[in-house]
Amino acid sequence: MTIDEIQNQIIGEFEIFDDWMDRYSLLIDLGKDLAPLPETEKTPQNLIEGCQSRVWLSARYENGRILFQAESDALLVKGIVALLIRIFSGQSPDDIINADLRFVEAIGLSSHLSPTRSNGLLAMIRQMKYYAMAFKAKEK
Amino acid sequence: MELKPDILHALRSDFPILAEKVGSKALVYFDNAATTQKPRCVVEKISEGYYRFNANIHRGVHHLSRLATEAHEAARRRAASFLNAARPEEIIFTRGTTEAINLLAFSFGEAYCRPGDEIVITEMEHHANIVPWQMLCERKGLTLRVIPIRDDGSLNLEAAAALLNERSRLLAVTHVSNVLGTINPIVELVRMAHDAGAAVLVDGAQAVAHLTVDVQALDVDFYTFSSHKVYGPTGIGILYGKAQWLDALPPYQGGGEMISKVSFEQTTYNEIPFKFEAGTPDYIGSTALAEALRYLQDFGIKRAAAHEDALLRYATEAMEAEIPNLRIFGKAPQKSAVLSFLIGKLHPYDLGMLLDSQGFALRSGHHCAQPLMQRLGLEGCLRASFAFYNSREEIDQFIPALKKALPLLDG
Repeated sequence: MTIDEIQNQIIGEFEIFDDWMDRYSLLIDLGKDLAPLPETEKTPQNLIEGCQSRVWLSARYENGRILFQAESDALLVKGIVALLIRIFSGQSPDDIINADLRFVEAIGLSSHLSPTRSNGLLAMIRQMKYYAMAFKAKEK
Repeated sequence: MELKPDILHALRSDFPILAEKVGSKALVYFDNAATTQKPRCVVEKISEGYYRFNANIHRGVHHLSRLATEAHEAARRRAASFLNAARPEEIIFTRGTTEAINLLAFSFGEAYCRPGDEIVITEMEHHANIVPWQMLCERKGLTLRVIPIRDDGSLNLEAAAALLNERSRLLAVTHVSNVLGTINPIVELVRMAHDAGAAVLVDGAQAVAHLTVDVQALDVDFYTFSSHKVYGPTGIGILYGKAQWLDALPPYQGGGEMISKVSFEQTTYNEIPFKFEAGTPDYIGSTALAEALRYLQDFGIKRAAAHEDALLRYATEAMEAEIPNLRIFGKAPQKSAVLSFLIGKLHPYDLGMLLDSQGFALRSGHHCAQPLMQRLGLEGCLRASFAFYNSREEIDQFIPALKKALPLLDG
């Protein structure tokens, strides 16, 4: 699926719920289902330090696609991390660089990504795009 | 003692923001240690200032400038009487507690600190009362000494006595901890510091909304607080200093207002307090702060504190009775209305967000006190902090909201 198709799918899954507690509950379940990052990957290099929670992100490049793995110490953040992995992992560097993450606003998660939340998510998205640029540059 | 329902109702109606909603939920504001809400009279004072007496102060001979100057100096007198300072000139307006501490770290450091001297702080300080001293230590080759806390969150006074010695130049200590709620024994600490020949700065940011502060009775050399934590506007605060200290200290920033005479060869400085108030001061902010202090004093700080203490006791008991695996941080005998906690292994961010979605405003994270977090062995925690407009009913709603969040995060 393309980045856009996955975003539409996610928006659909969240739209069913009006109540914030239900949306968070879904997000928490997604976080719990996220494959844990191997301890060996929880290195200082992979750590994205937020003010309130921490995110670890690792990436590798295979056959023109970037495969991401990530985890967070907070469950809600982990849920959003799971969504970002679902959207970006397995995509090409160009698609990642050009992606517009409109699902964030559509399902009402903007507040989690505001700079004041300091949960490392904004930095994680930036880091995912940097990885895409780096892998793209390496290939040339 | 709790406030009577009709009094509390009238009090709450002075704070329009308390009627706001978070989505469809009523706002419950338990983040008063971060900032307090503003009564209508304070907000009106700000607009009145801009509508009726806005003019640059201390210079113009015209009517508006005289009005603004008088309002600003009346605010200084109000702040002086609020802290029971001996003279209004002992009150310096700053941008807040942080700027006040930076001012003092610079000016005091320049005048009184030599390599090998020591600055003493405590383990429970906010970053604002740590970093400026570290910067001074680096600049001047001083050593920073840290008084440890006991497990209940109170200060280890034996350790304090041992740490204060003839090398100590200044003790910088918080009056009330923003995380633990601990009310520190300032009189005792001041005596120890003065016996060692050290001056004392007290960070009163968390204290002034909840305690009657008398700087003369405490015998502190310097005392500071932020307006926004005592129902006043943001961006302004107070540094109190004994006149003999302020007279002796060099200025912090240069500019207009703080000078007596300027030539390209030499500048002489104005007298206190103006020596420390370079540039056009926030005379709108100062008058609104004075209004906040008047409002609180008219209501009665002791009466407000008695209500907050009752809420703290009620919330502590209710949570301990109803929330499993609860850990409360800060159980000092003398404690202000701050309740920091964790539940089991749950991440404070998750709990904070689930409470937010139900309308409850709490602080999560390290509370700008990372060294204290390290001492407690935590990454962060949640904090509920109460003001006099909070109610028992809000705590009664808070416990079920907390209970609703727990199963979502469990397992």
